[in-house]
Amino acid sequence: MLKQMEGSVAVAEAVALCRPEVICAYPISPQTHIVEGLGALVKSGALEPCAFINVESEFAAMSVAIGSSATGARTYTATASQGLLFMAEAVYNASGLGLPIVMTVANRAIGAPINIWNDHSDSMSQRDSGWLQLFAESNQEALDIHIQAFKLAEELSMPVMVCMDGFILTHAYERVDIPTQEQVDGFLPPYEPRQVLDTAEPVSIGAMVGPEAFMEVRYLAHAKQTMALERIPEIAREFEASFGRAAGGLVRRYRTEDAETIVVALGSVVGTLEETIDAMREQGVKIGLLSIRSFRPFPLAAVRAALQHAERVVVLEKSFSVGLGGVVSTDVRLALSGIQLHGYTVVAGLGGRSITQASLERVLAEAVADKLEPLTFLDLDWGIVNRQLAREAAMRRSGPIAENLLRDLGTVQAKVH
Amino acid sequence: MLQIRIHGRGGQGVVTAAELLSIAAFEQGRHAQAFPSFGSERTGAPVVAFCRIDDRPIRRREPILAPDVLIVQDPTLLHQVDVFQGLQPEGYVLINSRRSFDELGLGEIADRFRHERLITVPASEIALEHLGRPLPNAVLLGGFAALSGLITIDAVAHAIDDKFKGEVAAKNIAAAREAFEVVTERLRGPSAQTPTATEESRPC
Repeated sequence: MLKQMEGSVAVAEAVALCRPEVICAYPISPQTHIVEGLGALVKSGALEPCAFINVESEFAAMSVAIGSSATGARTYTATASQGLLFMAEAVYNASGLGLPIVMTVANRAIGAPINIWNDHSDSMSQRDSGWLQLFAESNQEALDIHIQAFKLAEELSMPVMVCMDGFILTHAYERVDIPTQEQVDGFLPPYEPRQVLDTAEPVSIGAMVGPEAFMEVRYLAHAKQTMALERIPEIAREFEASFGRAAGGLVRRYRTEDAETIVVALGSVVGTLEETIDAMREQGVKIGLLSIRSFRPFPLAAVRAALQHAERVVVLEKSFSVGLGGVVSTDVRLALSGIQLHGYTVVAGLGGRSITQASLERVLAEAVADKLEPLTFLDLDWGIVNRQLAREAAMRRSGPIAENLLRDLGTVQAKVH
Repeated sequence: MLQIRIHGRGGQGVVTAAELLSIAAFEQGRHAQAFPSFGSERTGAPVVAFCRIDDRPIRRREPILAPDVLIVQDPTLLHQVDVFQGLQPEGYVLINSRRSFDELGLGEIADRFRHERLITVPASEIALEHLGRPLPNAVLLGGFAALSGLITIDAVAHAIDDKFKGEVAAKNIAAAREAFEVVTERLRGPSAQTPTATEESRPC
């Protein structure tokens, strides 16, 4: 059924249709509306016998999720930013134990400086945790991927993180097609756990494992993610057959057939990039786009297949490895081992900096002309950067950086930015 | 594509206005995208929200920098925020005020745009009368329907009914309909939008 609604509410409805049995979460912007929506649904009795467990922190949220998943309950939580960092130890435990929890990360920057706006730093900080990480381009896709995520997680007995851009998607009202309960029930079978804490057949979960088997347990997690490289596209095809629309999968190509330049990106910026690519195509530029929808497992073969005939690749990412450069770029480069092409990293949108079509056209035109620096920061304000560097060169007690930069900028609320 | 930018203050329902507009457009079978300026909104702080309306799916997700429509829910913002930033030459402007553009000190700015597309409406007063609170957001959408014809008043009413319940919805719909009538009447009238400059040009 078509509805005009907020992304968070759409995700809450999608999760509800998956018949979760335990939802435990601690509120943090921009995730809050999702769990508020689910809380209201649980309270209304619509999700019987689902329990919504209030917890005192994100660490507790993931710990409760681990406990409930281990008893065989379909379990969901959601977080963002510092919340994800605060639960990090338990995040690793969930994957290490092989518990199929589904968690939404409403992507948000990590402080300091404290910042509530969108980028991908939070999810990227957990990319090695063993969780599968799926990125949504739109609210419809976020909704659809959540339904796929439960199926994928439970088949593999591995947790799945669905990453959706905070505010840009979570707080955007747009048209979404909400499936029926029958459709979701037909696609997502009841959860049959591989391991369960059951008094009738007692087991322990969470043994200490020494050097004799630790590597093997880790390898098995990798083996499952390798299996997911097969299952993710299959599940996307099954989804399309059941629901009549495409969503998910490992990657999605846009106008890459004859493209000499291919932009690689994740998440909601893909929409603005498609508009940019259409505009540049009209000017005769052979340019295309590769959207990475599964970041873990990272689809090395699919990325290589999509990019190998391009002359240049521009990775546009909302993440940044300080002291190195791109995070996604590093993985893309691994996919292109042995292939000679021009490679560029554009770090964009950190802390919610708007990514505009005008700026994208400008930076991509520079890339097409091979005039771009290997590492570029989209719309970086060099004025305030250089003033701070000069300040630090001129005096020892140059003061706090964030406060200095804000003072240099003056009133920022006077402009739409 | 029609791009609408709404300026107001935290607590005035700026974000809700953009959402309502998107629901109204959806009711009319169109694609619409509404989103806030993603600030850490506080009561009284300047807030911006956006709405795009199109006949095909909307892919662009940048803020609206060149709006076709500007709705200003609080005239005290006019001298604090550059609300006219990027407004298209053919653009529509609707400001919540009892005063005219000239009285608001906007005569010069108004000259750059089409006069029949600029109007003020006493939305806070209409809201006070109907809701008992000066919440101008839904009221202004009624005014916008009249000013532009780009969205019907029935779609606005439907959107309000979709988002709110019972009495709150009914009162907001009544207020929006009154604003629709007020604006329709003014557009018909002889000295409609920009009455001649008067003695005062103070804001609000």
